[in-house]
Amino acid sequence: MATYTEDDLAKDLEGKEYEFGFTTDIESDKAPKGLNEDIIRFISAKKEEPEWMLEFRLDAYRTWLEMTEPEWAHVRYDKPDFQDITYYAAPKQSKKYESWDDVDPEMKETMSKLGISMEEQKRLTGVAVDFVMDSVSVATSFKAKLKELGIIFCSFSEAVQEYPELVQKYMGTVVPKQDNFYAALNSAVFTDGSFCYIPKGVRCPMELSTYFRINESGTGQFERTLVVADKGSYVSYLEGCTAPQRDENQLHAAVVELIALDDAEIKYSTVQNWFPGDKEGKGGVFNFVTKRGMCHTNSKISWTQVETGSAVTWKYPSCVLKGDNSIGEFYSVAVTNNFQQADTGTKMIHIGKNTKSTIISKGISAGQSQNSYRGLVQIHKNAENARNFSQCDSLLMTDRCGAHTFPYIECKNSTAKIEHEATTSKIGEDQIFYCLQRGIDEEKAISLIVNGYAKEVLNQLPMEFAVEAQKLLTISLEGSVG
Amino acid sequence: MNNNLKFITGLTPTKLSVNTAAQKNASHVLDTTELPTTRTEAWKYTRVAKIGKIDFKNEASTVTSIDDKKVIDSPHTLVFVNGRFSKELSADTFPAGVSVKPLSTLDGISTQEEFEGDIFGALNLAYLNDGLHITIEKKAVVEEPIQVIHILKGEAQLSNFKVQIDAEDFSKATVVQGFFSDDASNSFVNYTSDIQVGVNTHFTIEKIQDEEAGNFHIGTDSVSQGKDSTFTINTITLNGSLVRNNLNIDVIGENCTTNLNCGYLLKEKQHVDNHTVVDHRVPNCNSNELYKGVMDENSTAVFNGKVFVRQDAQKINAFQSNRNVLLSDNATVNSKPELEIYADDVKCSHGSTTGQLDDDAIYYLRARGLSKSAAVQLLVSAFIAEVIAEVGNEDVKTYIYKRLNERFGWDINPEDFG
Amino acid sequence: MITIKNLHANIEDKAILKGLNLEVKAGEVHAIMGPNGAGKSTLASILAGKEDYEITEGSVSFDGEDLLEMETEDRAREGLFLAFQYPVEIPGVSNINFLRTAINEKREHLGEDPISAKDFMALVREKSKLVELDAKLASRSVNEGFSGGEKKRNEIFQMAMLEPKLAILDETDSGLDIDALRIVANGVNTLKSDNNATIVITHYQRLLDYIVPDFVHVLYDGRIVKSGPKELALELEEKGYDWIKEELVEA
Repeated sequence: MATYTEDDLAKDLEGKEYEFGFTTDIESDKAPKGLNEDIIRFISAKKEEPEWMLEFRLDAYRTWLEMTEPEWAHVRYDKPDFQDITYYAAPKQSKKYESWDDVDPEMKETMSKLGISMEEQKRLTGVAVDFVMDSVSVATSFKAKLKELGIIFCSFSEAVQEYPELVQKYMGTVVPKQDNFYAALNSAVFTDGSFCYIPKGVRCPMELSTYFRINESGTGQFERTLVVADKGSYVSYLEGCTAPQRDENQLHAAVVELIALDDAEIKYSTVQNWFPGDKEGKGGVFNFVTKRGMCHTNSKISWTQVETGSAVTWKYPSCVLKGDNSIGEFYSVAVTNNFQQADTGTKMIHIGKNTKSTIISKGISAGQSQNSYRGLVQIHKNAENARNFSQCDSLLMTDRCGAHTFPYIECKNSTAKIEHEATTSKIGEDQIFYCLQRGIDEEKAISLIVNGYAKEVLNQLPMEFAVEAQKLLTISLEGSVG
Repeated sequence: MNNNLKFITGLTPTKLSVNTAAQKNASHVLDTTELPTTRTEAWKYTRVAKIGKIDFKNEASTVTSIDDKKVIDSPHTLVFVNGRFSKELSADTFPAGVSVKPLSTLDGISTQEEFEGDIFGALNLAYLNDGLHITIEKKAVVEEPIQVIHILKGEAQLSNFKVQIDAEDFSKATVVQGFFSDDASNSFVNYTSDIQVGVNTHFTIEKIQDEEAGNFHIGTDSVSQGKDSTFTINTITLNGSLVRNNLNIDVIGENCTTNLNCGYLLKEKQHVDNHTVVDHRVPNCNSNELYKGVMDENSTAVFNGKVFVRQDAQKINAFQSNRNVLLSDNATVNSKPELEIYADDVKCSHGSTTGQLDDDAIYYLRARGLSKSAAVQLLVSAFIAEVIAEVGNEDVKTYIYKRLNERFGWDINPEDFG
Repeated sequence: MITIKNLHANIEDKAILKGLNLEVKAGEVHAIMGPNGAGKSTLASILAGKEDYEITEGSVSFDGEDLLEMETEDRAREGLFLAFQYPVEIPGVSNINFLRTAINEKREHLGEDPISAKDFMALVREKSKLVELDAKLASRSVNEGFSGGEKKRNEIFQMAMLEPKLAILDETDSGLDIDALRIVANGVNTLKSDNNATIVITHYQRLLDYIVPDFVHVLYDGRIVKSGPKELALELEEKGYDWIKEELVEA
């Protein structure tokens, strides 16, 4: 068999530019570039926010000014210039959409290019989608049906107006505004996001979904998501992200807070394929996200993520297992190719008794990328009978990429049981040969093997998401075997 | 001298013939660096502020007998007290192929010249009391181990002690190191080593750490392995209030094997921190790390093991395992096994477990008539036996079991564990 | 079907095959026997297209095409099947998914439409019976957690699904107990037709009681040094390979 040369690889990759690289031209209503208290007042005024919200923002901003960017992550990048970012950009249409039919056709076109035909989704899958385009929610469907059950699913701005008592009660309780540099920045300037509340004892009958994308050139994306599952309720929440191709790096610093009250369960799934930069490592999204869930007694929070995008990722969906018998789970597939850098993992903080956590992390590194798992398992003194199991595997596709594992295990209780296993290995030449001998070509063989490797995680995703995720894995790794 | 480092103002800079560039760099580090805090990643779980509060001195002291301060009975034993060479207690004959010289007798001591902010390494060099240079000659196969004993004696003594070993090509040897104290308190041994393992050389260190409670031990072993060599270090930590071991292994030759084994059994308020770095710079090597610990009472164990596989260092098999048992609710474990891999054709894995003794096993043993403490003793000793089994020298093993029996009130027969 | 002429092959500059000749026609079963290290498995790997070997001389023609110029997967799609001596485990990839991919790749290569899910499942049921493979194994990950015997049966199951023109069984009998051996052999015999051919590579004569060869060849030191009818296998079993070696020395 002819050898696959570096030239072939280069050619293949060239043909594999970002599939969703296009720009939608909608006039936007922008704030001037830069960040100061006036900009924050502008954002708040623009959104007609109550005084307490403005105070929250200003307080976060003042804290942020005192903070420095974290440097412990295993990533290298040019730090963003925070004065060169536009912190507010809203599509100009001022009216809210009453129904899906009212949505700007160009925007619909954008969505269908993304492969998320909303009509199809709505009809066939019963997914309620809160579509976010450049920071402001433009379409919310299925609201009426959810309303019957008392479920609130709306944009964050709307929640601030309509449900201020809920927002005030829970916002910032899991990720405090001074939590870290990027969380503080988000708290100061966030423009929109999603809010979801599931009342006591209600099982949300459909998967709730938000589709984020970054659109306006030079705009930072500062989303904020708050999901509250009241006692005994259940919700499965999907978040998908894709951004158009851009030359300069774009910053994304989201905050996601989940609250699972007693006996509640939240399943939060993410598929992320933001623009990773081109084959030379130029451009791409900086994804610095704070995601954290608070588990009360007997509750469960499960994070599942498939990450193939972004130039630099810095993300640790975490669970604070505060209540007795609560459960935290983290399932992740992170793919890096070309010059992508990912430092991702989770934190499981065991505070309550009989708390359990499971971490399954599957890293795949290709090209010249760097892929790190960083995870903390912390067992507090009173966390009797805490249990943790972690499995962190890394698969290497080329001899120029890196795979790194940095687990932190801290245990202060003798009844705890913690198991951590990690392996790093190359995609097996003998596995590929076996597939070839059965008539399956190399690309397909790799796709088969990689999807098999990631199966434990993909199985956690809702069906329609799992299919998309599998496709993404294959696309992300095309032509990348070393 | 820097005001931050008050704890060394009572010391006199080294009088040994250390190269001037190193000395200059070391002084610079001491002038510009503060004691690490838990905000420094490498010291995240270990506080050394206590050391900074002691007004250290270094005084000559004598020990009349080392009968209870040695690991093995060996005619090739060298003794240092507070970092100073004790001629009276030391041997002056060595096996064929071995030459041993106290650093104080050498004219020109070559060491590393850069310290990269390593305050304890700089301190060791700038205030070096004494140490040893051991040469294992080319092709020498030395069956009898060389024993190096360091004893801390007195109140608030700081001993800066260094061992240099040059195991030349095709040689084979074992060095037994014993760290003890004699009526010492608030004393601190700051130890470093430079170990060159030659081509196709088999070199082993058996290290026993047994300083009394109330004393500090910070040590850094820097090892460089030539091709086809095997380096093994077995560390057993039995006592000492604060023990920090850094093992830095540079594997610069192909086809090497590196074995790092360590057992620690802690009680009271002991704090033991093991940091290892195995840097695979070249292809076709194996490294194995087994760190096992049992923590009782208010003790804390820290493990940070890093395996680097550099670009193009293909066909590396690196295994790292850290297993911990907590016997008390006030004991703590912090484990951070790390893999940093830049080559693709590698097999690397690490595992870390923390747990308690198996209740079912204890119940089973009690049902067979064992007392609870006997059952615990049996399970703990079986747990740690895996590490002790790696110790190659039978006399060293016997010593370890003897001391475990004394310290924990056990009655183990070493033969039960082979 | 396949014609091997004067094949020489090296691995890392060490000569393994040193002028091997073999011709196999449709409808025939050939057994290749020989002591350990004679080059039996190398021959199988080279025919399948493993890249670790360097072909220094000779030619292989498969159905009139130059086999050595074909990519590994194209050899498979054209109907060459290797039952591996050590089948590889592929975690997370189900047997079913694996086989459907393989079959559809072959069909695409031959200009046919993909197999329907219904036909595929019917085929799985039919063929898994042939090797008495538990239907559950079909949905498990490829070879993962299979016993030695199950792995070998799975190889024959895959062979049955892919219907090759030329099957090469590389030490398929090694490690099998008599029941498993019978099952495997029965599978191979059932699949035999006038249009396909089989090369059985083995160290032991035992397998040949069940898969009766038309020809037996002795591979020794990189060459076929002796060929004969099926009785040759019995002779080898009885006398061992030293006898051949001696004969060679005498010659």
